[in-house]
Amino acid sequence: MPPEPVARPSSPLDLFVTFTLLALQGFGGVLAVTQRELCERKRWLTHAQFVEILSIGQVLPGPNVVNIALIIGDGYFGWRGAFAAMAGMMTLPLVIVLALTATYVEFAQVAAVAGALRGMAAVAAGLIIGTALRLAASLRGTLLGGFAAVALATASFVAVALLRWPLVWVLLALGAAGTAWAWRRIAAQEGAVR
Amino acid sequence: MTTLTLADALPLFGHFLVLSLLAIGGAIVVAPEMHRLMVGQLHLLDDVQFNASIALAQAAPGPNVLFVAVLGYQAAGLAGAAVTLAGIMLPSTLLAIGATRWAQARQHRIGIRAFKAGLAPITIALLAATGWVLTAQNPTPPVIILTAITALFAWLTRIHVLWLIAAGAIAGAAGLV
Repeated sequence: MPPEPVARPSSPLDLFVTFTLLALQGFGGVLAVTQRELCERKRWLTHAQFVEILSIGQVLPGPNVVNIALIIGDGYFGWRGAFAAMAGMMTLPLVIVLALTATYVEFAQVAAVAGALRGMAAVAAGLIIGTALRLAASLRGTLLGGFAAVALATASFVAVALLRWPLVWVLLALGAAGTAWAWRRIAAQEGAVR
Repeated sequence: MTTLTLADALPLFGHFLVLSLLAIGGAIVVAPEMHRLMVGQLHLLDDVQFNASIALAQAAPGPNVLFVAVLGYQAAGLAGAAVTLAGIMLPSTLLAIGATRWAQARQHRIGIRAFKAGLAPITIALLAATGWVLTAQNPTPPVIILTAITALFAWLTRIHVLWLIAAGAIAGAAGLV
């Protein structure tokens, strides 16, 4: 993985098309496919940059994937880029889901359809876990130090996945702890350089 | 489905504007509040319609926030969808762009660098937690095996996600999951 991204979108239209195509592949959640398309295929972002943008998208209210689209689009082309990326992410999927809603009564009763949806949901969960494992490598060399990074990740997982604590409080408490620890480390490093 | 009068549309829109700013972690976080409002208070939907909206948006491609549009659509057609979706998206969109520009202009400040470094491991762990919670909803052995195999493929290979989703759909349709 190169430290710098090797490509960028050519226009707002490029953003719109890219986000439309990736949204259409996002069954059961768009985050995993967004990471794969933007980091591995398009090479617009490094893993570390993706994690940074996702961190911001996550602490802000609103859907994480839409926040990511807005942040990325705004970074390249300002308002036009933000709007193009968000519109790409949402327009065609909106048409599809409303069309499905208008007809879903017939579909929901077919056993094979219900089974296929269960299978797709299991895959969607696996895709998100795989994405987390893939992005974990970007923590190498973190300003936090390895021990603190593993401790923060473990505490977050236990709190949200096992204890089911509300996300807002976990983000506030552990986010503040992580930021404070990183601040101390950066200050100490820069103090030592000076 | 009812027709949406202005007297119904305005409070609905106003409530969704507020919910937008409370939706840290995604719109699904404030779904209980939407239920209280649309099913309990305004009687625009029943329980079955409400739950079907979430299930439909999860089954369809695209961001899960679209369940909000389905709620509005089932309540009052396209006008309803426009009201709920615009309400839930407008404030969070403006805030996301504003906050990102603010942070970008200060990206070399120690506070912003510390925030990004401090949040990174939490962000990655929350992804894993999302996958865990989704799996735990229906933790039968075939589901766990399918999820684990998918996670390994997504982690270690560059296989296209559509192949994995198609494999899951076929396994499910065949009754294996």
